[in-house]
Amino acid sequence: MKRLNGSQMISEALKHEGVEFVFGYPGGAALNIYDETYKQNYFTHILTRHEQAAVHAADGYARASGKVGVAFVTSGPGFTNAVTGLATAYADSIPLVLISGQVALPLIGTDAFQEIDAVGISRPCVKHNFLVKTIDELPRILKEAFYIARSGRPGPVHVDVPKDVTAAIGDFVYPDEIKMQTYKPTTKGHPNQIKKACEAISKSKKPILYLGGGAINSNASDEIRKFAATAKIPAVLTLMALGVLRSDDELNLGMVGMHGSYAANMALSESDLIICLGARFDDRVTGKLSEFGKNAKVIHVDIDPSSIGKIVNAEYPIVGDLKNVMIELNDKIDIKDDIFKPWRDQIEIYKKLHPLGYKDSDEVLKPQWVVQNIAKITGEDAIIATDVGQHQMWVAQFYPFNEPRHLLTSGGLGTMGYGLPSAVGAAWASDKPVIAVSGDGGFLMNIQELMTLVANKKRVINIILNNNFLGMVRQWQTFFYEERYSNTDLSIQPNFVKICEGFGGVGFSVKTKDEFKAALKKALELDTVSVIEVKIDRFENVLPMVPAGAAIYNMILE
Amino acid sequence: MRRVISAIVLNEHGVLSRIAGLFSGRGYNIDSLTVAPVPDSEFSRVSIVTSGDERVFEQIVKQLHKLIPTYKVIDSGEYVEKEMVLVKISLNEDFSGLDAILKSYNGSVANANENYIIVMACDNASRIDCFIKVMKKYNPIQIVRSGSVMMEV
Ligand SMILES: Cc1ncc(C[n+]2csc(CCOP(=O)(O)OP(=O)(O)O)c2C)c(N)n1
Repeated sequence: MKRLNGSQMISEALKHEGVEFVFGYPGGAALNIYDETYKQNYFTHILTRHEQAAVHAADGYARASGKVGVAFVTSGPGFTNAVTGLATAYADSIPLVLISGQVALPLIGTDAFQEIDAVGISRPCVKHNFLVKTIDELPRILKEAFYIARSGRPGPVHVDVPKDVTAAIGDFVYPDEIKMQTYKPTTKGHPNQIKKACEAISKSKKPILYLGGGAINSNASDEIRKFAATAKIPAVLTLMALGVLRSDDELNLGMVGMHGSYAANMALSESDLIICLGARFDDRVTGKLSEFGKNAKVIHVDIDPSSIGKIVNAEYPIVGDLKNVMIELNDKIDIKDDIFKPWRDQIEIYKKLHPLGYKDSDEVLKPQWVVQNIAKITGEDAIIATDVGQHQMWVAQFYPFNEPRHLLTSGGLGTMGYGLPSAVGAAWASDKPVIAVSGDGGFLMNIQELMTLVANKKRVINIILNNNFLGMVRQWQTFFYEERYSNTDLSIQPNFVKICEGFGGVGFSVKTKDEFKAALKKALELDTVSVIEVKIDRFENVLPMVPAGAAIYNMILE
Repeated sequence: MRRVISAIVLNEHGVLSRIAGLFSGRGYNIDSLTVAPVPDSEFSRVSIVTSGDERVFEQIVKQLHKLIPTYKVIDSGEYVEKEMVLVKISLNEDFSGLDAILKSYNGSVANANENYIIVMACDNASRIDCFIKVMKKYNPIQIVRSGSVMMEV
């Protein structure tokens, strides 16, 4: 049995969990942890320039790699800065472990310097959290933290470790197995329910697959592709599911919801059987609930029982890991002939009636064109991180995602400032080119992370679709507030090229198609950070759009 | 609609605020909440009285289940439900009839000093409501209710 101090235990635990990278930012209460980080050689610590970014980077790493992301922060302000990162990961069910320093146990509750009730604050933003009170429980808590983060419905787990615990010495035995009496996620779908679901599918006339982020979290893409192809059932995808089906798959009707395709929204509205796989009927997808899937019965597969029946009643609830359930479904489904052909023919009409499109221009760059050309120039093989806003929706609509884990975006919380830091994480998760697409508003929210990349000689290409507006909010003001552009006009913006140069990267500012193509090609050849500021049409809107509260078949099309 | 739920949860620090936070964060009602350790175990038993429609109730149960320290949620079947109340009355009041009232509500005198007596009753919540109403005629100075505890039968 090894005798170790708390900080050594943290390093050992990370080694046991196979952690390669930790993103973080040091401070007083975390000094012991950082001292040990310096001495060990199990993992590499990447110093971000803000704690929020450390957690987003761990999150981006987790999304791109499928592994658990890890971040370290110090107590007080270090921790509070990290909260948006936790909430973002929680909303999208991303597995990560945040280890925060805390003031020493005798100081807790005294309003000591840099003390904050961290577990009290993180509680609603995490899957679970721990305040470590003795050195003896530290190994078990670390083991449980990783287990909870990655099992069941994944999510962030926060471990708050007082400074004296990081120095205290105890016996280190890292548990091999988890013995949690109270936490036992159901991973296998109930066979009877699966059988009933199969029957419902064979009896339906207009089934539709409604795919969500759970499909990516459970790595169920192959099984879902197989299922869709055998049964020949068309599919709509949420923002979080893009890549689960190939973009050129005939059955793929594209993104659904507020900015979804006409075909996707119509098909979902007219379906008689919604087969919901790892999605949760978010209001951005359902629109007006009373009009949603009015004639449809619902099969709902989810690892999280509380997701089922929360918004929409499910006639066929199946609790289980989606991959497992899909293997069973593929095994049991028995569809003879192409019985859904008439339904697909009907959808084909919708597809032709209002395909996704935009009015291109040679005078002014259109963001949609830029997104399409990012795909062309990178051979559709880059990892794309986005911020939040119009550009995010244009990426979702016009970038052909063909594989899971290629889009990193804050879907559930909608966190501006997510793009660049999550791209930082992705740069450590993958050898593929990493491209962050941001708006000019959001890019400024975590711009300091250019430094993290420059310092580590990592190439991330930052494409700023600059409309000199908080574009998405401006769009709502255009449609619903009679063009009163209250506080969304960003006519005065910094010189992004010089800023990037100031950080030690390379900057481009482009206004034409040729300039854009040349800049991106050049940026791909660099081995350092770049910013490509693209001046786009200021008043371009994201269409189609379902006004908030309207039925999803009532789209503003142009 | 009034609902009662019991949850068996790990008896660890912070678990009560997880439960209370679940209710406050989601806007669910808590009419009463009582907690105490389950003897000879590492668990606590939480008894919650809440109100809401079928869907809200289903969510409360699921969300309680979702908490990592939750071992079991008991939400159906028949219960024995009991709540306790303490009522402080000035000794200057006229106590005629008090004995009979206490008798009919499982009540007794819990304490008395030179200024007050404190009476108590133990019964189900709606009977406690009645008891408090009846006690009004003695102009109670203070009333403390415990919240319900229940046990499935
Ligand atoms: C942290 C945060 N603050 C505010 C918002 C609200 N919001 C959503 S989109 C948006 C505008 C984004 O503008 P920009 O980054 O320039 O991107 P664009 O929409 O122009 O592509 C705002 C302010 C948010 N999502 N996140």
